[in-house]
Amino acid sequence: MANLTLVQAVNDGMKSAMRQDDEVLVFGEDVGLKGGVFLATEGIQEEFGPDRCFDTPLSEDGIVGTAIGMAMNGLKPVAEIQFQDFIFPAFDQIVSEAAKLRYRSGGQYTAPMVIRTPYGGGIRGGLYHSQSGEAYFCHTPGLKVVIPSTPYDAKGLLCASIADPDPVLFLEPKALYRSIKEEVPEDYYTVDLSTTRIVREGKDVTVFCYGAMVPMAEKAAAKAAESGIETQIVDLRTLLPLDEEAVLEYAKRTGRVVVLHEAPRFCGFGGEISAMIAENAIEYMEAPIVRVTGFDTPFPNTLEHHYIPDDRRVLDAIERVFNF
Amino acid sequence: MTMTDPLQVIDANGSANGYDPGLSEEELLHCYRTMLRVRAFDAICLKLQRAGRIGFSIPNRGIEATQVGAASAIEKTDWLFPSYRDFGMALYHGITPLEMMHNMFGNALDTAKGRQMPVHFSFLEPIKFYSISSPIGTHIPQAVGAAFAMKKRGEKTVALVSFGDGGTSSLGFHSGMNFAGVWKAPVVFLCQNNQWAISCPSEEQTASESYAAKAVAYGMPGVVVDGNDLLAVRKAVLEAVERARSGGGPTLVEAKTFRMGGHSTADDPTKYIPKEVLDEWEGKDPIPRFEKFLAASGLWTAETGEAMYKEAEEEASAAGREAEQVDKPGLETIFSDVYAEVPEHVRKQGQFTFDLARRKGEAAAGDGEFPL
Repeated sequence: MANLTLVQAVNDGMKSAMRQDDEVLVFGEDVGLKGGVFLATEGIQEEFGPDRCFDTPLSEDGIVGTAIGMAMNGLKPVAEIQFQDFIFPAFDQIVSEAAKLRYRSGGQYTAPMVIRTPYGGGIRGGLYHSQSGEAYFCHTPGLKVVIPSTPYDAKGLLCASIADPDPVLFLEPKALYRSIKEEVPEDYYTVDLSTTRIVREGKDVTVFCYGAMVPMAEKAAAKAAESGIETQIVDLRTLLPLDEEAVLEYAKRTGRVVVLHEAPRFCGFGGEISAMIAENAIEYMEAPIVRVTGFDTPFPNTLEHHYIPDDRRVLDAIERVFNF
Repeated sequence: MTMTDPLQVIDANGSANGYDPGLSEEELLHCYRTMLRVRAFDAICLKLQRAGRIGFSIPNRGIEATQVGAASAIEKTDWLFPSYRDFGMALYHGITPLEMMHNMFGNALDTAKGRQMPVHFSFLEPIKFYSISSPIGTHIPQAVGAAFAMKKRGEKTVALVSFGDGGTSSLGFHSGMNFAGVWKAPVVFLCQNNQWAISCPSEEQTASESYAAKAVAYGMPGVVVDGNDLLAVRKAVLEAVERARSGGGPTLVEAKTFRMGGHSTADDPTKYIPKEVLDEWEGKDPIPRFEKFLAASGLWTAETGEAMYKEAEEEASAAGREAEQVDKPGLETIFSDVYAEVPEHVRKQGQFTFDLARRKGEAAAGDGEFPL
């Protein structure tokens, strides 16, 4: 076991997968000697050499496009996009190509690959270093979307993503990169995709969340407990394909649901969770579902702490659904 | 050679002026026959579309020499990253008109299982003929990635990626050329400059003196060839392939040709291409040009040519009749191949669709196994 931060666990996950399988490659902008702008790839080039960890030209389209070609021809690319905000030049490659390749070729060609990218606010990054774009990608059949919230999950989910036969977008909550430490096994291990994690048991209110919003929900739940409200927190971990059965089961347990994410509300992932519960479990609901989300505005810089849902807003939502 | 005067091998009289293409008589005739099979397949597809039997096609008339000349320069162990107008590359390497017709009809034997529009072929055998995508240029960096993998494993194979003049304006062209240059990837970029991107002429597509000139900026050689001269295309592509195989990196080959038809069956080129230009290029048809060369070598007469074309026509037309008889893909094919395993939410949608069809008495024997 090693006591690792989330970004160190990501780093350890890549190294473990690379030791496991010679076909795994890590590349992207500044990931080589420098080790990435967040140091997620620190020491990888040193250990595995420049043939397996290297810098690319500054082109997200090129990074993802070439990764698809490598993947269809036997390599296992783990491509880094420096910030999720910069992924959009590669949107076509992800959405039109990687995600559709198996389907459009009847399974003749596939693109088993991982695109890692830090997402979300909390570092005073303003409009273009803070966004949470998961909903754009969750609307894409053929793609998997994975978001860890702990160091243990970060390594296990990343190893599972690299071993997965389909393309995976691995979104890393940069706000949590160094804010939490946890014991993480040194050996290779995987955490199954499309499974949720119960963060906290509670019989009164269920909070669905993921990524950097998980510790925010925990903070709010601790405060709610002071006034006797017991909150169940569910970390969704894989948004696509989602473990729908688990979501419905946990929603039914309390009948009072809060959905929490940092991304804007309109057409956000919370809308999907809410609709799923409304369609399949409305008769179990004791209160209207409440969403706590970022605002339907671009992401602000100086006032980002007002934009990102905090424990105060989450607690308010928990109390509202509890008292309904 | 400058980047504007196209390389030519076969002159107006059909003489190759001593150039040895390195092809046996049988191989030369295979090239010729393939051009005829492209033309016949294309003509039959247009007829099928006009008769409402298939929904769509992409005309290939006029560009046969470019496709076949380029295809003749690669081996079956190489990878083809084609555009949607590359019938000739498929036929040259042994993909059959029937396999292609299954795709034109989107039937149960189509490798894409009827999920794609016609002309969006995908084949693994006898050559890697990469699944065609409609967005322009997206396959270019992918070819570079596949070539990177070949190089990494020390294989002596190459990727040939083909696109049109319009494709050079795409994001994928820039990133693919740039990455290939930096990585010295074993790729041959083939720009089939047929002069029109649907209705947009070259002078509105680029201010470069040629498309090949763009190679300079990416640190690789660029050549312009006469795309209606099969041997010139073969020569240029062969040189590029040999450079790639021997570790010399990528090349951009611009083959200047002309699309003697619409962009698609939904397009009328007489609306935007002046009649005199159409007439001029009718006179530059690549097939008679190659016939002159074959005749000069004693390999062609009008009678043998006509007989071969008739045969090609009958082959394509029989393929069309056969593919039309094949069942539609089953309902199951909507829901499979999205992922390696069918996720629960997709499985439920499939089950619902199947149950509804069964309740309404519409489910067919070929609809597949449910639950998925």
